[in-house]
Amino acid sequence: MANIHLAEKPATVTAGVVPEPVAEGERNGRTLEERLRWFPPNTHITVRGLDKRFGAEVIYDKFDLNIPRGKITSIFGPNGCGKSTLVNIISGLIPYEGGQILFDGKTLDETRIGYVFQNYREALFPWMRAVDNIHYPLKLMGVPAKERKRRVDALIESFDVPIDFSSYPYQLSGGQMQTICIMRALVVEPEVLFLDEPFSALDYEMSLLMRDRVQRIFQERGTTMVIVSHDLEDAVWLSDYVLLLTRKPTRIAEFVEYDAPRPRTDDTVSDAKFIRVKKRCLDIFLKEAALR
Amino acid sequence: MKALNALSGYLRPVWGVLALLAVWWVIWAAEVANPLLLPSPQATMLSLWNGMVSGDLWGDFLSTVKRTMAGFALAAAVAIPLGIFLGSTERLYRSLEFVIDFFRSTPASALFPLFLILFGVGEAAKILVAAFGASLVILFNVAYGVMNARQTRLLAAQIMGANKLQKLRDVMFWESLPQTFVGLRNGISLTLVIIIVAEMFIGSSDGLGHRLVQAQMLFRMPEMYAAIFAAGALGYGLNWASLQVEKRVVHWGGK
Ligand SMILES: Nc1ncnc2c1ncn2[C@@H]1O[C@H](COP(=O)(O)OP(=O)(O)O)[C@@H](O)[C@H]1O
Ligand SMILES: [Mg+2]
Repeated sequence: MANIHLAEKPATVTAGVVPEPVAEGERNGRTLEERLRWFPPNTHITVRGLDKRFGAEVIYDKFDLNIPRGKITSIFGPNGCGKSTLVNIISGLIPYEGGQILFDGKTLDETRIGYVFQNYREALFPWMRAVDNIHYPLKLMGVPAKERKRRVDALIESFDVPIDFSSYPYQLSGGQMQTICIMRALVVEPEVLFLDEPFSALDYEMSLLMRDRVQRIFQERGTTMVIVSHDLEDAVWLSDYVLLLTRKPTRIAEFVEYDAPRPRTDDTVSDAKFIRVKKRCLDIFLKEAALR
Repeated sequence: MKALNALSGYLRPVWGVLALLAVWWVIWAAEVANPLLLPSPQATMLSLWNGMVSGDLWGDFLSTVKRTMAGFALAAAVAIPLGIFLGSTERLYRSLEFVIDFFRSTPASALFPLFLILFGVGEAAKILVAAFGASLVILFNVAYGVMNARQTRLLAAQIMGANKLQKLRDVMFWESLPQTFVGLRNGISLTLVIIIVAEMFIGSSDGLGHRLVQAQMLFRMPEMYAAIFAAGALGYGLNWASLQVEKRVVHWGGK
């Protein structure tokens, strides 16, 4: 489905620069207003008019969303509100009834994406060694063996983690397995990285370590990331924006910004601003989650 | 102490065998059963030993092994690719499921007359009827293994850009291997059963089945018991060997 290929890095839209109305006005038969609706500056992923039902149950009804470029956006909301469904729709894993989703104006097929599953044990290929798991997506892309090795070696070096990459996944710890999953997703240099509850199968200590690792990756690469989280602390700590969703049929309750400088540390959680933002998210969440 | 414990661990199954032999010997010595029907354990073991060393039991044993392996190889060669194909097109499998289940449930021995008419009394009929029975068991397991492939792994492959064929080759095939091996182990046991019965009833001049019937007709009880034990050892050995292969190939199984 996701026809991964080595496309040129898409040109970045400069912040706040609005295209010239005269020059751009009629291009592609779209008016400026329409273009801005589709490609607001600094937006990477645009979701427009999304309709999604499971049987008679409406999850999304004419749902619109902009996901910012080069930022970490966390998705937080009541259990079963459709967080995974949203991420799976955007990444092409499940079909939807209506609407359109574009990445920088490109379709999914023209976009390289990475996806990290919650259940790392069931996402890795246990019949392959860890290193071969990381090689696999490059193999699918048809990258020659030598180039593949160069890229995987470089990735392993940049991660600098004490993992025996020649072992099989089941010989590794949970955190190590999830690290391999993240590396497998990153090795293709995705334009967007999706993570669906990446830490929730890990113990607490490991989840702290892993969220720090994800932050480091983000700081090094600046890849647009979308993280589903059920842990509000993780969600706020990691993200530039927290997307708060309502109960079904799901709408955006609030798009909360958190702009504390990086790297954020263990002390960040006791920072006044962090506490304020987290409280705000919690209030909205409680209001939305309350049975009505 | 540790070595002693390990040793007693290895020896544990031997106690059962010794107990069986002891009970057998006591029954024989007390003449509870007619000694013509139940020979002494030592006479039986001697017959087993002599038969294997002198070569005639060994020859029959080898013939049965050869037929079993031929039937099993044929069954696996047909059923594994077919099972992967059917499993990956679930709708096709569902429409064939009744037919597969029906013939899987049909005793292979009920097909002997048909295979005799079709293929004559030679080797072909025996091997083919065994292969037919085993292939359905293998096919069924492979197809189910493929259909029950872990969804997450397929999705992961899809995200990474795998097409249908690549998903089949790189994920479904491997995912189905544990279940495939269940099928292969059942298949090889079934092949042995059918081959031995075929050797009894489809004109045969060698093989353990043939030997058993001969010994029965000539009332050579130690020889018959020896052949039974040889068949048992063969069945056990085949099962053990497939487990070893399975452990090596499906090293991730159950982990
Ligand atoms: N494959 C499916 N079939 C039917 N209903 C589903 C399916 N997947 C999810 N749902 C329903 O859609 C809703 C949203 O699910 P999901 O996106 O997994 O929630 P979450 O926000 O917890 O990730 C839930 O009510 C769930 O029951
Ligand atoms: Mg979910």
